Amino acid sequence: MAPLSWFEIFGQMFVQLMPVWIALVMIFLLSVLFKRKLGLYGRLFDSPIGMIGLFIVLFWVLTAIFADMIITHDPLAQVSGMKNKLPGTPVRGQENAFYLLGGDNLARDIFSRMVMGARFVLSIAPAATLFAFMVGITLGLPAGYFGKRLDTILSFLANLVLAFPVILLFYLLVTPEIRVTGIPMILAAFLFLFPIVFLMMLFHSRYYTEPAKRNLYCGITLIFCLWAYSGLAFNSDPLGVFYMDPNLLNVFVSVVFVNSPTVFRIVRGITMDIQTRDYVAAAQTRGEGAWYIMLWEILPNARGPLIVDFCLRIGYTTILLGTLGFFGLGVSPESPDWGSTINDGRKLLSIYPHPALPPAFALMSLVLGLNLLADGLREESLKD
Amino acid sequence: MFLFLTKRIGLMALTSLCLTFVVFFLTNLQPNLEKLAKTQANNRMTDDQVVSWLARNGYDRNLFFRYGEWLGVVPGWQSTADDGKVIGKCAYLKRDFGHVPNYCGLLQGKLGYTSLFQGKVEEIIGKRLLLTGKLMFWVMLVMVPSALLVGVIAGMREGTRTDRSLSTLSIITTATPEYVSGVVFIVIFSSSAVGLKWLNGSATTAMDGITFNNFTLPVMTMALYGMGYIARMTRASMAEVMTAQYIRTARLKGVTFKNIVLKHALRNALIAPFTVIMLQFPWLLTGVVIVETLFNYKGFGWTLVQAAGNNDIELLLSCSIAAVLVVLITQLISDIGYVYLNPKIRVN
Repeated sequence: MAPLSWFEIFGQMFVQLMPVWIALVMIFLLSVLFKRKLGLYGRLFDSPIGMIGLFIVLFWVLTAIFADMIITHDPLAQVSGMKNKLPGTPVRGQENAFYLLGGDNLARDIFSRMVMGARFVLSIAPAATLFAFMVGITLGLPAGYFGKRLDTILSFLANLVLAFPVILLFYLLVTPEIRVTGIPMILAAFLFLFPIVFLMMLFHSRYYTEPAKRNLYCGITLIFCLWAYSGLAFNSDPLGVFYMDPNLLNVFVSVVFVNSPTVFRIVRGITMDIQTRDYVAAAQTRGEGAWYIMLWEILPNARGPLIVDFCLRIGYTTILLGTLGFFGLGVSPESPDWGSTINDGRKLLSIYPHPALPPAFALMSLVLGLNLLADGLREESLKD
Repeated sequence: MFLFLTKRIGLMALTSLCLTFVVFFLTNLQPNLEKLAKTQANNRMTDDQVVSWLARNGYDRNLFFRYGEWLGVVPGWQSTADDGKVIGKCAYLKRDFGHVPNYCGLLQGKLGYTSLFQGKVEEIIGKRLLLTGKLMFWVMLVMVPSALLVGVIAGMREGTRTDRSLSTLSIITTATPEYVSGVVFIVIFSSSAVGLKWLNGSATTAMDGITFNNFTLPVMTMALYGMGYIARMTRASMAEVMTAQYIRTARLKGVTFKNIVLKHALRNALIAPFTVIMLQFPWLLTGVVIVETLFNYKGFGWTLVQAAGNNDIELLLSCSIAAVLVVLITQLISDIGYVYLNPKIRVN
């Protein structure tokens, strides 16, 4: 069989990505139709930049979801004779099968690896960012609201982590040796407590006056959270639903740890600003509790900058994960994540540039999409 | 001002003390020490041999005690080996002093001995920092003026086509981490298969002498990632200043647009970016590690990777000291500079 031309390669990739296109068109159609009822998300469709950002982000999210249908080959399978082959080379011994973006140094299909890499990144980055936000909010609100000594201590600790060069922290925290000592698990046990505390305080302060409702909500949350907690942090979920590979837990915890001080600083700053508003004074006069004011008066009013920062931070986390992969920290050598594939590809870059470029563009486009989305959201939320 | 400075420097000392202890603790965890023993002595040691090797080399003593030794507040350990040679933390200094000194820690200006590079840590670090300093200098020289220029041009007429395209450009550069842009640049400018073959894909030769050929790619790679962020901050600050009352007054007086921008707006618009540029240094540090690895330039970042990869404890500690000091000093300068630039803020 003759190798594919560039036109045919892109045609084939377009066909392979069909589930993504269908889902994208449906989401965009529905969103535009019900634009006026969707709040901030709907208004995003008024800003071209936000729409482009949303398009790119959704593209990668859907690629990650449908990855199993999109890939043309097993991302880990090595086919003999396909080592470093150029894009569009037919696979030896198989009818009508091509390495769309060529083969890498170990004769694996680059296209399939790139698609699977999206799944790796998008299963960690948003979740890690969410956890970092839970930690940052749970600590930042009281630090900004109460101030004084609590603020001094927490700020000092946050600055301590921030003064650490990220890369050094990764080299110290994400190694096989450190996993033996159980430090990632301790860190996980500590960091994963914050979402529980956050949700408990959220319901407790809201339904403080209705004990029956409060006990119900708090009880359900507590049972569910502790179940997830036992599985994620200690890997001892009795039902075996929640599970995290120790490698992955190590990466996840480190990324949360690095991100949360910055979120803490942002939340603290916003809290100090909003605290002086009249509605906070009104709530104080009504005799509301401190946690009610923080979680139900201040936090909802701080959502604009926080949502924007959330998008930016997912992008930053994606870059961090790429950095980890680039230095080969915390990922198995086989892993198709973008950072590792870029690192693998760069060794032969001057002779075979094609293995390194697709993951590089994939990573860049995802981060770009998130940044554009954040820009669009900022623009639209400022219009209020 | 004096009180402010003393307070800040005290806080800095406390921070670096905490941080170095954390690094010390993490590098001295049992599995790390075992790895160290195996890399330094013999890869196939049994567990008993590892334990005795660690004891022989003084790694089995209390952690706080050894940290004190490293700081130089506790006398370094000494013992005599089977062949009569004195071994211990300070033994490597025997040639300089004629005898083994009692204290050899941070307070004495001694950072220890690196088995990886076979030399005194302070000398190695100094040499590497100088190389990285050169890289940083060129990066700053390229990054700061171009970022400010882009930001000011974009911000002076908000919402125009120039503004939109420059802003999009800065978003694109912030979305391109060094390991992506570096790889793309190498392919475009130096790949022997498809590229233009204009520049060197490796900066190894730049350690002896910097030329346009071997240094452009690393500098460009690093400058690009930081540029977008500074440019966006400058744009925001410039756009805000341009809506101020005094600019309107100037315009109504009939001052030309060029003069408004250069004489009235520019100085006030550059206050915020100054802080951003200063706070950019710690960020550049991560960039340095990536770029030096990518382009094989054996500076500070490269050393840090080597030290961490081989668990060379004293070298790694000194790397972290240097890195942390860079971060803290730039924070201090940014605070002082902010007060100095902005007359509205006073420190007491």
